[in-house]
Amino acid sequence: MDDRTPQTTHQISGAEIVIRCLQEEKVKFVFGYPGGAVLHIYDEIFKQDAFKHILVRHEQAAVHAADAYARATGDVGVALVTSGPGATNAVTGIATAYMDSIPLVVISGQVPTPAIGMDAFQEVDMVGITRPCVKHNFLIKDVKDIAPTLKKAFYIAATGRPGPVVVDIPKDITAHFAKFEYPATVEMRSYTPIMKGHSGQIKKALKLLLEAKRPMIYTGGGLVLGDASAELVKLARALGYPVTNTLMGLGGYPATNNQFVGMLGMHGTYEANMAMQNCDVLLAVGARFDDRVIGNPGHFYSKDRTIIHIDVDPSSISKRVKIDVPIVGHVQSVLSEMNDLLIAETRKPDADAIKSWWEQIDLWREKKSLVYKNDSQIIKPQYVVEKLWEVTKGDAYVTSDVGQHQMWAAQYYKFDKPRRWINSGGLGTMGVGLPYAMGCQLAAPDAMVACITGEGSIQMNIQELSTCHQFRLPIKVILLNNRYLGMVRQWQEFFYENRYSESYMDSLPDFVKLAESYGHIGMNIEKSADVEGALKEAFDMKDRFVFMNFITDQKENVFPMVPNGKGLSEMILAGDE
Amino acid sequence: MKHIISLLMENEAGALSRVAGLFSARAYNIESLTVAPTEDATLSRMTIVTSGSDEVIEQIIKQLNKLVDVVKVLDLNDGRHIERELMLVKVKATGPFREEMKRMSDIFRGRIIDVADGSYTIEVTGSCSKLDAFLEALDKAAILETVRTGASGIGRGDRILKI
Ligand SMILES: Cc1ncc(C[n+]2csc(CCOP(=O)(O)OP(=O)(O)O)c2C)c(N)n1
Ligand SMILES: [Mg+2]
Repeated sequence: MDDRTPQTTHQISGAEIVIRCLQEEKVKFVFGYPGGAVLHIYDEIFKQDAFKHILVRHEQAAVHAADAYARATGDVGVALVTSGPGATNAVTGIATAYMDSIPLVVISGQVPTPAIGMDAFQEVDMVGITRPCVKHNFLIKDVKDIAPTLKKAFYIAATGRPGPVVVDIPKDITAHFAKFEYPATVEMRSYTPIMKGHSGQIKKALKLLLEAKRPMIYTGGGLVLGDASAELVKLARALGYPVTNTLMGLGGYPATNNQFVGMLGMHGTYEANMAMQNCDVLLAVGARFDDRVIGNPGHFYSKDRTIIHIDVDPSSISKRVKIDVPIVGHVQSVLSEMNDLLIAETRKPDADAIKSWWEQIDLWREKKSLVYKNDSQIIKPQYVVEKLWEVTKGDAYVTSDVGQHQMWAAQYYKFDKPRRWINSGGLGTMGVGLPYAMGCQLAAPDAMVACITGEGSIQMNIQELSTCHQFRLPIKVILLNNRYLGMVRQWQEFFYENRYSESYMDSLPDFVKLAESYGHIGMNIEKSADVEGALKEAFDMKDRFVFMNFITDQKENVFPMVPNGKGLSEMILAGDE
Repeated sequence: MKHIISLLMENEAGALSRVAGLFSARAYNIESLTVAPTEDATLSRMTIVTSGSDEVIEQIIKQLNKLVDVVKVLDLNDGRHIERELMLVKVKATGPFREEMKRMSDIFRGRIIDVADGSYTIEVTGSCSKLDAFLEALDKAAILETVRTGASGIGRGDRILKI
């Protein structure tokens, strides 16, 4: 049978099938950019109003915005790009999402099936290029496969350890006809994510936790992605143990609660890193002991420490650090089972031991590792973030780019809720900040959204100012403008004897005029005393995009700092400079 | 230590490159890799010979299991197993070599499967180390060409890799 013309009235085009699948998945936004290979799909987008298409100005931003939408809501983000350059532009976005385990479906157009392999115009092997940075990918070769493949794509993206899935669709396939049937469920013998943890292991873990003298709870992005924050809070409160979050895990445990000892890792607090290093029982939840978190695994190792690790991905367990009690399962399910056991439990934590452990932690806290010297004139970047937290009452969605400003945002904005802190932790992609803010603002139209960025990073996706205007997104850009690729400059100061090779940002644009030319409001803030007033003024403009250019201290450094390859207790503190 | 890993995967385009890509991306060793469809045409079976510390092997198994196309993974070294590889060796068969090569082939239970004026082609099967030993035993000057299939492996007795 020929599928180039509709055989019955029930048959619709592949392009229309794509749209119907997205409707079945209740997709609200598709972030994309048109081109030859996806013209049939765009024609169907024109005819529908089930979802809104957000036209970005660069495909990288489409994927980042979809990624942020997923991070903010927990739903699968969707991006649509054309073949060739559209597809390659999307790759950085896909790799960024992959490193942070973000559920995405990226649909890319492909040259028509007969042209594949012919070096056709705008042909690129998208399945090949993205293979190392996707959870899975598909090339569709038959119009009848579109619906089942998209069903699988959404299922794979969202379940188990989430991740991006690419679906590459040749143009001719979108013009062929088939009957539309969306499968109700997915069965894959090769893919069966584990949900429930092993009950014996969970009991063993709880026993260890109750016997601990110096316990520590360490949670990462997996806790946030697994929507298990409430369960963790319940467990931590019941036990009364200290909690630290990774950069990706911020908001997993409320930062303003006294049991929170701050973020850990390369730029973590003194108390978090010391407690992590010196604890005797460590409960790790949805975290992966990566190099920016524990530094050198050789230095991290301690024979006096027992580690319990809950993770949905077995390959995360014992990858960098040997785990004593592994629990593979969905973090939410495992933690709630643990909570149920704890309620029925007659044993209690060792009150004396826990009390003296807290006394030790309080001594570490007295180092006040996040204190900085404020200035009456020059704007300190830390001060801007602190004021931002006050002005937004800690309730904003905060996105960041990559660099010093990212670390200050993480250190000084106290996140009390999960899914509020949106940044590129794994890949560390400069340029995510603005598209991330777009994704957040669309996910939460009435919320305050702040993009904390650097003058280097913001210029990597500056064209999205146009998208923000088109869709009237009232984002507030908080540019901590130090005229340097600050994080690079900091490493050059510490490790390359102040040779600031190519880290000065010369010839910066007039950001106020730039913002204005895109139809936004721009503000220059140059004095410490003006910071709070300017922030209030900006956030009072509830329906306007405001670009705030804070001229900050050029040579400020991020402290504490664990130098690359060192152990967690080998921190450089601000006073050591 | 050397490990033989057997796996079943969906017989789909690109499945092989996912496995090969995993090994190169994570800098794991591959000594050999063989793949062919099974009696169930929707499944392929692959045998990978690799080496590494226990931790590395554990990661390899986990990472293979994580691939969406992979249905089942078995480390044959976890139990008793049989390993076989096939090798074809073309050797010089002139002068004194003609007798010598025949004798060596017999000792290693090889078969001469092609005879030409100046050469023999010998087929040998066995464990990888037996094939290595055969090549060792031959006079280097006599070897014209070798080709090996890479190892296939199967568990002994009741150890069965099936879905
Ligand atoms: C796409 C990309 N290129 C290069 C880097 C390396 N890098 C990390 S931080 C940084 C400097 C960022 O400068 P800026 O945005 O001004 O932030 P600051 O550190 O000054 O706050 C660079 C170049 C990166 N992370 N991403
Ligand atoms: Mg900068």
